[in-house]
Amino acid sequence: MTPAAKPLKTGRIAGPLDTVVLVGASAALWALAARWVGPQVLTGPVDTIGYLGGLFADPEFRASVWETTRAFSLALAIAWASGLAIGMMLGAHRLTGEVAEPILTALYSIPKITLYPVILLFFGLGMPARVAFGAIHGIVPVALFTMAAVRGVRPVYFRTARSLRLGPLATARHIILPACLPGIVSGLRVGFSLTLLGTLIGEMFASQRGLGHMVIRAMETNDVRLLIALALFLVTVATGAGALLLAVDRRVARLGAGRG
Amino acid sequence: MGLHAQIPLGEPVTAQAAHVAVRGLTRIFPGANGRPPLQALGPLDLDLAPGEFFSVVGPSGCGKSTLLDILAGLSPASAGSVTFEGKPVAGTVPDGVGVVFQEDSSFPWLSVFDNAAFGLRRLKTPEAQLRPRVEEALALIGLSDFASAFPAQLSGGMRQRVCIARTLVMRPRLILLDEPFGALDQQTKLLMGDELLRLWRETGATILLITHSLDEAALLSDRIGVMSARPGRFIDVIETGWARDRDSRLAADPGFGAITARIWRQLREESLKAMRAAP
Amino acid sequence: MTRAGLLRTGIIAAALGALEAACRLGAIDRFSLSPPSEMATSALRILTSGEYTRDILVTFATVAGAALLSVVAGFALGVLLYRLPRLKRAADPFLASYYAVPSFIFYPLFIVLFGLNRWPLVAVAFVFAFVAMAIASVDGFLSVRPILLRTAASLRLTRMETLRLVILPAAAPYLFTGVKLTIVYAFIGVVAGEFILSGSGLGYRIAFAYQSFETATMYGLMLILICAVVTVNMLLWSHEKRLHARLTR
Repeated sequence: MTPAAKPLKTGRIAGPLDTVVLVGASAALWALAARWVGPQVLTGPVDTIGYLGGLFADPEFRASVWETTRAFSLALAIAWASGLAIGMMLGAHRLTGEVAEPILTALYSIPKITLYPVILLFFGLGMPARVAFGAIHGIVPVALFTMAAVRGVRPVYFRTARSLRLGPLATARHIILPACLPGIVSGLRVGFSLTLLGTLIGEMFASQRGLGHMVIRAMETNDVRLLIALALFLVTVATGAGALLLAVDRRVARLGAGRG
Repeated sequence: MGLHAQIPLGEPVTAQAAHVAVRGLTRIFPGANGRPPLQALGPLDLDLAPGEFFSVVGPSGCGKSTLLDILAGLSPASAGSVTFEGKPVAGTVPDGVGVVFQEDSSFPWLSVFDNAAFGLRRLKTPEAQLRPRVEEALALIGLSDFASAFPAQLSGGMRQRVCIARTLVMRPRLILLDEPFGALDQQTKLLMGDELLRLWRETGATILLITHSLDEAALLSDRIGVMSARPGRFIDVIETGWARDRDSRLAADPGFGAITARIWRQLREESLKAMRAAP
Repeated sequence: MTRAGLLRTGIIAAALGALEAACRLGAIDRFSLSPPSEMATSALRILTSGEYTRDILVTFATVAGAALLSVVAGFALGVLLYRLPRLKRAADPFLASYYAVPSFIFYPLFIVLFGLNRWPLVAVAFVFAFVAMAIASVDGFLSVRPILLRTAASLRLTRMETLRLVILPAAAPYLFTGVKLTIVYAFIGVVAGEFILSGSGLGYRIAFAYQSFETATMYGLMLILICAVVTVNMLLWSHEKRLHARLTR
C-alpha cells in the first residue's frame, strides 16, 4: 500500500482500450477452451458469431427477440414504477421503513425461481406470467435502493426546504428527488439487470415463446451451437445496456458528489 | 519585539546536532491533463533541535501538510533532503517517528486498548510487556477509564486522543502532528493543547505541529515557523521564549498577544494572496 | 420487541390470516394455492416422514459447497480487482450486467464436462454466486477511508499487514454482505439447476410435484426451502446490521 493514494487516472483513451483488451483476452480463452473440449461441448467464438449472424435472418429468432423485448419492457416499467413508489414511501416514513425493510430483504433473498409453479397456476402459460416473473425480480431491489437513498438525504435539506416554505410536493420535486437521484439511479440499474434475469427465467420455465424458451429448448435438444449463440447474444445485449446505465449512474453520482 | 531576549536559545543548531534537518526541500506536483506543474512547497530549510516544540502556521494551501508528509516519509520530495537522526528520510516512515493526522484515524473495529496496543502487537511484543506500556500511554492521555470502549462510542476529542495514544505507545522520538485538534471546539482545543505540552515534557520527544490556529502556535511552541502562500516558504521564524513548564494560562501573558500579533502581521498578506488564488 | 418488530409481526400474521381466509372461503382456487395452514402441515409431514430428507440434505450440501468455493474465489478476485484498478475499470461493465444473464444456461455444458452428478450443480451455482462476492469485496476495499491507509503507512505496516490488519477489518461489513449474497445466489443457482435437469434435490422434487399435480407436497417443499433461505438470510442480516452499527458513528 503506497500512501498518499496515487491518483489512478490513466486518461480517457486507456479505459475503453482496456475493455477491448479484456474482451479479446476472454475471446482467446473461450477459443482455447472450445478447442480443448471440442465443438460438441462448446463452439468456438468464430463459429458462434457466424451462427449468430445467420440467426438474425431466422424468423423464429426474430419473433423470439420481439417477444422477449415486449415482455421485458412491460416488466421493467412495472418494476421501476412500483419499486420507486414503494421505496419513496418507505424512505419518507421512518416507522413504515423499519417495519418493511426486513420483509423486503427476506423477499429479496428468496430464490424466486421456486415460485414459478405458483406464477404458472395464477397467470397460465404466456405473456402475463413472463411479465410477472420479470417484475417480481426487479421491484424489491429498486424499492430497497430507493428507500436507502431517500433515508440518506441530509436532514439539513429538509430544514432548508421548510425555511424556504416549500410544500410537500415541491419538497419532493425540488429537494428529495435531486438529492437522492444517485442512489435511485443505482437501484434502477440493478433493477434492470434483475428484471431481465427474471423475464428470461420466466420464459425458460413458464412460456412457449421468447429467448428464454429458445434457450431451454436448445438445452433439451442439446443444440450446443444454438445455446452458445443465444448466450453470446444475451451477454452482449445485457453488457451493452449495463455499460450504458453504468455510465449514467456514474454521471449522476458525480453530480450528487459535486452538490455534496 | 524583544521576545527573543527573554531566554537565550544558545548556539544555532548545526546540521549535525539537529534531530531533524531539512535542506532545500521542494515539492512540485506534475500538472495533470495538460496543466503546468505546480510548485507546492519550498525551497525551504529547517533544523529541529532534540526535544524542541516547533509549530508551522501558514495560509490554506501553502503546503503545510505536504511538508509534514515529506518529513514523515509518506510522500517524496521533488528536490532537497530530509534527515532524521542523521539518516536520510525517503519512501518509508523511519523508526522513531510518530504521526497524528487531523482526520480521525482510530480503527473503529478495535477497542481503545487494542487501538493503542496496535503497533506493539504487530511487533509481537509479549502481552506482559505490552500491557503496562499501553496502560501508561492511556493514563498519560486520560483514557484509562475507556480502555474497553470502541471509538464509535467516544467524542471527537477522545478519538483524537486514541490516535495520540496509539502513536505514544511506540515511544517516538519525533512526533509529527497535522492539525490534530483542527476539528475540535475551542475549549477542547485549549485543554488538548495543555495535555500535549504535558506529554511533550514527560516524553522528551521533539514535536512538529502543523496548525492553522495562531493561538495554538503561540501558546504551545518554542519556535513558530510562518509560511508564505504557495509555494510555501518560511517568511519568519519566531522564538517565543516560553519556559518548558507552561500551559494555556499563558494566554493572559502580554507576550502571547505580541506573538499572535506578529504572526498575523506576517500572515495577513499571505492569507489574502491564498484566498484570491483559491479556485 | 421494538414497536416496528411488533407491527411487522402483526402485519405478517394478518397477511397469512387473510390468505388463509381467502383460500378457505374459496376466493382463491384451492388447486392454485393451498391455505398457509395446509402448507405448514404438509411441510411438517414432509420433514417427519423422512421421505424427502435425502433430497433436502443433498440440496443444502450442494449449496454449502458452492457457497464456500464462491466466497473463496470471489474474495480472491476482489483482491485482484482492487490491486489492478485498470483491470477493474475494464471489467466494470461486465460486472455491472453480470446478473442480467441467467448463467445457469451453461448448465448443459457443465453436465458434459463433469458428468451427470452433483458437480454440474456446484459449478452452475458457483458461476452464479462468486461474482457477487467479488463485487462486494472490491467495493469494500475501495470504501476504506484513505486516512486509514495513510495511518497504516505511518505505522510502517507492510502491504500484507495493511491488507490483513487494516483493509480487511475496515471492509468487514461489505465482506459480510458479500457472503450473504453469495449464499442466496448459490441457493438460486442450485435450485434452478435442479429444476432444469436433475434426479434429486429440493428443486427437482418441487418440479416433480408440480408436474404430477401434488399441490400440497409442492407447497410444503416450497415452504421448507423458503423458510430455510429466509432464516439463514435473516441471521446473517441481523449480524450484518450490528457490524455496521459498531463501525459507523
